[in-house]
Amino acid sequence: MKCQHCEKPATFHITELIEPDGPKVLHLCEEHARGFLSQEAPTPMASVASALAKQLKLGQTKEELAELDRKACPVCGITFYEFRNAGRLGCPYDYTHFQKDLEPLLSNIHDSLEHQGKRPKRAAPSADRQAQAIQLRREMDEAVEREDYERASEVRDLLRDLETGDADPSDSSSTEEG
Amino acid sequence: MLQNEKLDELAARCGEWLKGTGPESDIVISSRIRLARNLGDFPFIRRCTPEDRQAIERTVSSRMEKLEGWEDVRYVNVAEVSELDRQFLVERQLISRELADAEGARAVAIDPSEQFSVMINEEDHLRLQVMHSGLDLTKAWDQINHLDDLLEGVINYAVHPKYGYLTACPTNVGTGLRVSVMMHLPALVITHQIDKVFRSLQKISVTVRGLYGEGSQFTGDFYQVSNQITLGKSEQELVEQVGEVVPVLIDYERRARQFLIDQSEQDLHDDVSRALGILCTAKKISSDETMHYLSKVRMGVNLGLIDSVPVKKINELFIHTQPGHLQKLHGRLLSSSDRNVQRASYLHDHLTQ
Repeated sequence: MKCQHCEKPATFHITELIEPDGPKVLHLCEEHARGFLSQEAPTPMASVASALAKQLKLGQTKEELAELDRKACPVCGITFYEFRNAGRLGCPYDYTHFQKDLEPLLSNIHDSLEHQGKRPKRAAPSADRQAQAIQLRREMDEAVEREDYERASEVRDLLRDLETGDADPSDSSSTEEG
Repeated sequence: MLQNEKLDELAARCGEWLKGTGPESDIVISSRIRLARNLGDFPFIRRCTPEDRQAIERTVSSRMEKLEGWEDVRYVNVAEVSELDRQFLVERQLISRELADAEGARAVAIDPSEQFSVMINEEDHLRLQVMHSGLDLTKAWDQINHLDDLLEGVINYAVHPKYGYLTACPTNVGTGLRVSVMMHLPALVITHQIDKVFRSLQKISVTVRGLYGEGSQFTGDFYQVSNQITLGKSEQELVEQVGEVVPVLIDYERRARQFLIDQSEQDLHDDVSRALGILCTAKKISSDETMHYLSKVRMGVNLGLIDSVPVKKINELFIHTQPGHLQKLHGRLLSSSDRNVQRASYLHDHLTQ
């Protein structure tokens, strides 16, 4: 028997039981099976893709979706289109930047929008401060790339100051949340 | 923390989660809980530069090193070990296939009893995992919660006031928690009831996955039950949700086993004894075939039809006859056909002792 995705022999036979219309048997070669098995169950891409499909059905026009696809995060630079294709976000700030667009998706996947579980006892640095650290890291990499070592070293010092501040326990207070 | 210690010693023994004890261990192989966590001031892995990955690995390892009681924790620099060692770690379920196949700085911290491991630079910066033998979700949750508390004391996690712990994939956001129970359900498979049982579970937010074929995962009549959502319910609620489904499946499996015995105990006895006979006497045997017969023997042992092999030994053989383990135990790389010969010899030695 040949693999469902290529010409190689199918050495893996996987019964997928999460399909809504009953069990589905997949016949795959080692390479394709490995890719398939390394995904979480249910496959994150499948969940994200189906949630996005529902979102489109629920009233977003193609033009609106095209506009959304071009939207980019100012911190990590990922576009919504890239996220849609990979099923993975680029940085923690994406949850803030794409909040309006992600919420229907989260609601489709989890049927909820509010975290109910534990929270770190120690207050995390603010989203702005974390975004600043990510941006500084990018700036440093860019400076190294264009061989502007003076700027790279300045940025590195700024980053170190920011990190030292983060790592200092006196900088954070107990919030007793959750 | 022990750095990149040779994994050969680990290969020769058996992890805590395979000891074949714990509640319901005739049907439940293991209970696993994992938490996905990210550092707040780095991009998620897909947008990380090689330098970012190195910085994350260094930051996490240097902070973990200072944790109290972590002196004996093994630290394996996954980027620096051989491909065989990576395969071995995947088979042992200490790292994921994704981490093994990734590029750039990545590592895993493993406690000496192999109950917990912390992967660095997987899909998320950190993936914490705790595994126990049998059905032991409450203990696994307490342990991983403690581990998470320890790490959050030294690492600034990415957290959102509304969405909780932030993850690279929105399917993990909130608690970042995935509860997975690995179950051995051969009688439900033999009686063709397995699909019907699982279809009935689809309505209640749990996922069931069956695997069959040669690979680095448990195969044969093994099924993994896990929670589907991670946001909107507390960790305890999610653990309970999976914990409530498992006894139902255990009950179905026990009834199916009883049905098989009532129908024809002799046929069943013959079937499992023949399986043991093949495993003991074959001169070459593939991984698929081994899984198939070991699954039958495991059921035979648990039903009291075979009393010459302890269940712990069977659990070990499932892992030790996989390609990575077999080659580690043999001390060198082997071709597929050499592996089949070596596997048969290994089975003979360990089942006829």
